[in-house]
Amino acid sequence: MAETFIIIPGRTSRQGTTLNEGKYTSGYREETGTLQMNPQDMQRLGLQDGDRVRVWNDHGSVVVPCKAARGDELPEGILFISYGDVSSRLMGGDTHGSGMPDSKGFDVFLEPVGQSTDAKDAVAGP
Amino acid sequence: MATPAVPSGDSSAGTPTETAERPDVKVVSNATCTFCGCVCDDMELTVEGNRIVKARNACVLGKAWFFNHHIEDRPEATIEGRPASYEEAIERAAEILCNAVYPVTYGLSDTTCEAQRVALAITDWIGGTVDTTTSVCHGPSGIAFQEVGEVTCSLGEIKNRADFLVFWGGNPAESHPRHFTRYSLMPKGEFVPNGRKDRTAVLIDVRKTKSAKAVDIFLQVKPRSDFELAWAMRALVRGIEPDPSVERKTGVSLEVLRDVVERMKQARFGVILFGMGLTMTRGKHLNSEAVLALARDLNRHTRWTAKPMRGHGNVTGADNVVSWTTGYPFGVNLGRGYPRFNPGEFTTADLLARGEADAALIIASDPMSNFSQPAREHLKRIPVIVLDPKETETSRIATVAFTTATYGINTGGTVYRMDDVPIPLRPAFDSPYRSDYEILKAIEWRVREKQLAASAG
Ligand code: SF4
Repeated sequence: MAETFIIIPGRTSRQGTTLNEGKYTSGYREETGTLQMNPQDMQRLGLQDGDRVRVWNDHGSVVVPCKAARGDELPEGILFISYGDVSSRLMGGDTHGSGMPDSKGFDVFLEPVGQSTDAKDAVAGP
Repeated sequence: MATPAVPSGDSSAGTPTETAERPDVKVVSNATCTFCGCVCDDMELTVEGNRIVKARNACVLGKAWFFNHHIEDRPEATIEGRPASYEEAIERAAEILCNAVYPVTYGLSDTTCEAQRVALAITDWIGGTVDTTTSVCHGPSGIAFQEVGEVTCSLGEIKNRADFLVFWGGNPAESHPRHFTRYSLMPKGEFVPNGRKDRTAVLIDVRKTKSAKAVDIFLQVKPRSDFELAWAMRALVRGIEPDPSVERKTGVSLEVLRDVVERMKQARFGVILFGMGLTMTRGKHLNSEAVLALARDLNRHTRWTAKPMRGHGNVTGADNVVSWTTGYPFGVNLGRGYPRFNPGEFTTADLLARGEADAALIIASDPMSNFSQPAREHLKRIPVIVLDPKETETSRIATVAFTTATYGINTGGTVYRMDDVPIPLRPAFDSPYRSDYEILKAIEWRVREKQLAASAG
């Protein structure tokens, strides 16, 4: 069953280093295409590192592998993903007159996806 | 102004021992890293041919920046994905810009101020809109500056004076790795001779990031409640008791908050360094405004300042150049022959998502990866001119794409550090590709030729 979470896209050290190596390197894609979760949330949903989850809202839908966030970095109910193509797919076009779309701290739904997920569920991308 | 060549003076002369043994090796001292807004200008680069093999003083991000900007084998220009001559590409770019009714110039935060000026000039000639990546970074803070002003200072003042630091909505340990060590938390300064020991540091964030380990007090705020927290702190600074409901809303107890605010009032020189945790979250400019006003209020008791932590190497330069030229920092339309500023109307995220712009000139930015889906869809539909040293999603869809030399590594010029201090660049080696400045200058020239011919004919 889907649950509501708040997602925070942001920068990480690895996002920065792999960005320089190139946006088409596997390192960058992996870093910006992996969702970090609170370990208790993962346990509750029966998720393990590497399991795939679907994350969506009115603006888009992505399927990404998840992993437990380091230590107590993420409170329950909060998701983190490195900035990039995947996080931007969940961002709406409306800026409420500010020029800035809601880019951090917005609501998404999340549900685990079985291992047998069809290829079409994979994150669309080049 | 021509693009400065690799300097041959003292700054780039190899050390005697190294160059004597290896004539192909040179050392560039006091080079500048332009990867993040810290713009560290104490780099010592060892250059072998057209590769930087050592970058002394660079952080992990800086090293990745210097080691990965070697010369790639790509065409100098492409038109609709096919290799084209430089002249053809300039011609096509000028044609697109002259034919557009509502063009937008966007990006600009990863190029020199010299190139930014030319991009603005082109936009002015064609009556377009100029916007920079500021609009999706600290644009809301730019709006807040206009509302409440900015009590500001330089990073040098922070280093030499600040005995109280509040990092808010940012993770400098990962995004600006040398900020702590070079400018804010660790260095010994004139009035803080013992460095870290003389400073108190607070981090306010939703996530307990790596930066939390570096500070004395971590306030874990609930998501989307920075605004309430800042206003509760403003109240306390003014001696007003906040409503207890603020505890539930922010997740921070009033007792803790009272203690922190009391300490802030007793600081000799305090600074709030705020990140995109404030500007990108609901509330946006109101969040920045609250924090700027908090710094202002604290000046009733002692000296306090507030500075946004800027991301890209020359995003601060973009704000400066656009401001000194048009009077506004970003999102400026020049269509009526005079500048008009209106975030939400003349900002690129909106212009594209609403399907309004009919051409785009994009300099050193990748909106095809970072913008919302409707904005990307529109960008795919219109003619786009891209200047970028690397291949990106945006260069892939571009009608005209130029491969450029990398600023700071291959080209000289000026960039602004996040505290609005201009810093010169000392390039490490020549690139076979042209600089943004040179390409933009050629486009400007061709645009003018076409406009003059049209008005004469
Ligand atoms: S802190 Fe920023 S400017 Fe300084 S070396 Fe690291 S990436 Fe470069």
